[in-house]
Amino acid sequence: MSDHHPDAEIAVRVRRLEERVVAAGLTDDAELDDILTRLLAGASPLNGARIVARAWVDDDFRRRLLADASGAIADVGLSMGGGLKVQNLGVVENTASEHHVLVCTLCSCYPIGLLGPSPSWYKSEAYRARVVREPRAVLAEFGLELPDDVAITVHDTSAENRYLVLPRRPAGTEALSEAELTTMVTRNGLIGTAAV
Amino acid sequence: MSEAPRFAPGDRVRTSTVDPDHHTRLPRYARGHVGEVVRDLGAWPLADEGAQGVPDAREEPVYTVRFAARDLWGGGDHWVTVDLWQSYLEGAS
Repeated sequence: MSDHHPDAEIAVRVRRLEERVVAAGLTDDAELDDILTRLLAGASPLNGARIVARAWVDDDFRRRLLADASGAIADVGLSMGGGLKVQNLGVVENTASEHHVLVCTLCSCYPIGLLGPSPSWYKSEAYRARVVREPRAVLAEFGLELPDDVAITVHDTSAENRYLVLPRRPAGTEALSEAELTTMVTRNGLIGTAAV
Repeated sequence: MSEAPRFAPGDRVRTSTVDPDHHTRLPRYARGHVGEVVRDLGAWPLADEGAQGVPDAREEPVYTVRFAARDLWGGGDHWVTVDLWQSYLEGAS
């Protein structure tokens, strides 16, 4: 089937909402376009990958990132100021004994201003309902089988903090440069549904 | 002016059981449960008021609260953290 875009229905609803807001004199199409352009310019999972790679090669940066991520990411030329309103960034670190995974059970909160739009499954009711209840099973469905002795923490993004997972540096990557390490980090790794 | 923090990391807190008729950021599954404050996130405008169009929504401390899955769901060996405004919480021993 190629004649039905799965997002067509929501696109129509969004457009109707835009028309109502414009008709009410609250904004206009040009301003809406401008806001979206500014929001998404430069927002990409690559930003998260650069943060992770820097943390892998620079232990001082890693410590500051875990203590105050919003401040530390200025080191790699990034800020949390790209979104529609001020938000704080929190980074949670995977270790040999602890794994972190992110969700927003109430809606779909995600650091969009930093990483760009979230994957569609992140917004699905199935993921949001299940990952807080049975994360080990959900992660296994993503292909991430964690040993039983690895503790899992699920972070429900319910307020104004946004989160990023710092994955473990893969074994055997000691000789790689920061730029090479950046290419190994995936969007799912930043959410915690992949190892890296 | 924002409210002074009443809790600190390490404190045990119980979440509200109230089911308000307006938007709230206390998820239903986390209501009426005891957890541990693990981080103070500073003061933020209360989303419940912002969503109702209250001008200058009051600022309250927000905390990351960690719950054991077995307390929330009756089973599971994982943890769930939820970021919660102070007025959703009361002290628990």
